[in-house]
Amino acid sequence: MSKYSMHLLVCGGTGCRASASDAIVENLKTELEAKGLSDTVQVIMTGCFGFCEKGPIVKVSPDNTFYVQVKPEDARKIVEEHVIKGRKVRELLYVDPKANEVIEDSKHMGFYKKQIRIALRNCGFINPEILDEYISRDGYLALGKALTEMTPEEVIKEIKASGLRGRGGAGFPTGLKWELSRQSQSDKKYVVCNADEGDPGAFMDRSILEGDPHSVLEAMAICGYCIGADTGLVYIRAEYPLAIQRLKVAISQAREYGLLGKDIFGTGFNFDIELKYGAGAFVCGEETALIHSMEGHRGEPTLKPPFPSVSGYLGKPTNVNNVETFANIPVILLKGSAWFSSIGTEKSKGTKVFALAGKINNVGLIEVPMGTTLREVIFEIGGGIKNGRKFKAVQTGGPSGGCLTEKHLDLPIDYESLVANGSMMGSGGMIVLDEDDCMVSIAKYFLDFTVEESCGKCSPCRIGNKRLYELLDKICKGNGVADDLTRLKNLGLVIKDTSLCGLGQSSPNPVLSTLENFMVEYTEHVHDKKCRAGECKALMTYSILEEHCVGCTACARACPVGAITGERKQLHVINPAICIKCGACLEKCKFDAVIVQ
Amino acid sequence: MSSVKIELRKDQIEKIHEICKSFNYEGGELINVLHKCQHEFGYLPAEIQEVVAEQLKLSVAKVYGVVTFYSFFSMIPKGKFPISICTGTACYVRGAENVLAEFKKQLKIEVGETSADGKFSLSCLRCVGACGLAPVVLVGEKTFGRVAPDGVKAILAEFEQ
Repeated sequence: MSKYSMHLLVCGGTGCRASASDAIVENLKTELEAKGLSDTVQVIMTGCFGFCEKGPIVKVSPDNTFYVQVKPEDARKIVEEHVIKGRKVRELLYVDPKANEVIEDSKHMGFYKKQIRIALRNCGFINPEILDEYISRDGYLALGKALTEMTPEEVIKEIKASGLRGRGGAGFPTGLKWELSRQSQSDKKYVVCNADEGDPGAFMDRSILEGDPHSVLEAMAICGYCIGADTGLVYIRAEYPLAIQRLKVAISQAREYGLLGKDIFGTGFNFDIELKYGAGAFVCGEETALIHSMEGHRGEPTLKPPFPSVSGYLGKPTNVNNVETFANIPVILLKGSAWFSSIGTEKSKGTKVFALAGKINNVGLIEVPMGTTLREVIFEIGGGIKNGRKFKAVQTGGPSGGCLTEKHLDLPIDYESLVANGSMMGSGGMIVLDEDDCMVSIAKYFLDFTVEESCGKCSPCRIGNKRLYELLDKICKGNGVADDLTRLKNLGLVIKDTSLCGLGQSSPNPVLSTLENFMVEYTEHVHDKKCRAGECKALMTYSILEEHCVGCTACARACPVGAITGERKQLHVINPAICIKCGACLEKCKFDAVIVQ
Repeated sequence: MSSVKIELRKDQIEKIHEICKSFNYEGGELINVLHKCQHEFGYLPAEIQEVVAEQLKLSVAKVYGVVTFYSFFSMIPKGKFPISICTGTACYVRGAENVLAEFKKQLKIEVGETSADGKFSLSCLRCVGACGLAPVVLVGEKTFGRVAPDGVKAILAEFEQ
């Protein structure tokens, strides 16, 4: 990267590309060409910067100027002003909404200040499609070190000492998993990377694969060396076309450089990687289901034991790790386990990537040390709640997790603390909810998801979740009775206790945690037939304010079911027995006379 | 199974044979074979499944079981412009339901259906990972971010000519 004096880094993640970031790259290149600067200034399309809320992002290196919401037509300004005249384009700089001041570079942005980037170290810095750029940031050095200076046992010992735990959700110690896979005797073993990121609202694995695919490939090769495998398989969702393409490019480049294939670094170690495609099934994130899917079957889980480390893909010992877990490995080997374990809490070491989404100002991807509090994540990094609304809850761990509330805001986040409070780490999705969200509806939303995604193999999950959903639907429609709340809880606990795999064992969590933390809202729905967030349509009543109604008849004409009566220039009345709550009258009324309660 | 019987042409059957051959007729590659077939034909009607089953020496029931298990596979032909509305959590809390309702209203079709002129089909998906743009709508390969119900007409108009 040395011959260039300046780099323009343009985000090429899925979100920014959807906002035409590839056109920005094109325009920047054209402008530079026209000014004869193509040899001194380089335009690089990188992986995700994480600050998706304000995408597309263009970052200027070396001075870290951070341009937000850039449009293709801004390319000329950036080249003429910033590149040529050295003046920052003020109107494209990020404005801190709290202090209302322009922030000149990324180092001073609240979003980045508290972050430590290990798994995301290269995302937004390198062009993921050029292997040399990965190598220039110590890429494949860890593999070289492992192969030439360390025995497999030493590598495993180092990973164990680092305290790294599985980032896919369960938090199983990675080093121990590798050790178990190593101990299994077999003529053939497999390393599998679980890239079936099905948790809605979580996109860290996709961003790592799109922004830094080689870090995962390198770690898989290291894992192969440790457990004695010569084949790696990446199981990736077909819904991630960009990540698939980048992986394909990365694999072929690594093969070309001899970093994958036969006799890597002349050590006699062989390792190659293939892709296997998922086809849209949430349950395939569970490792036994994933293995069945890779074998071409329906992705149904099976009882453990046997664990995959003993009998996995095609009956052979298989080590399954998640994308983010792998992305941590090369850094641990280079910087040492002592460095890694100095970050985080007692039982959860290192950092965790979270996908912040929902009613939060800074939607995006963040990486923070374990033990950071929810308050820091939501209010400092996340910039607080959208539109100045009030924080209500945060759902962590996706459809398998639970809702945490105001009282949990100062909770340091790690695997244990989240579970102790009725939620879980999951893959790291964090959906922030505000006062306009109805917690009963949210629970119903997640159940709708699990009902659809349940594979149907075991009855507690297949039938139980359906019944849970029906109970919630009944309550949202205003037909709930007091007993339903007890039923919800009892049924939820039974499903948790008796389901076969992690999906069923966790699917009642959203219901149980909202029951625990938002009982008031449930009782309001059941007893008072009220939804305080105004989200449950069936619980709303439409009426007309006498003092505002002028008798224009607009509402009566708009009503599709004839529920509104009244003479011209007289007060109109809505008959609640006929009203279907479609809201047509509310839309039509020009005098704010129609109200919803 | 889909109610309309179709007759596969000879060249179409040969294409399926070719795809199966490229995966060495291995039963374990069933999902990859189906991906390729769906890419080629747009959907996976019973007739295609029968040919795949015969080629890979699997039962038709097994192939049907896999096709219906995974949401990515469809037994109904998609429209020329398939519309997918993201109903992942981030999009849901930012109003994806209302956007979906508006698409249904405008196109007069339900989720999983294709409009009478074969132009648009409607489906939901869970998270494309562009949560910063929520609510997100995909039409074919094109992504639309921060879609509001009153923006639906304009999106459809873009593909209407």
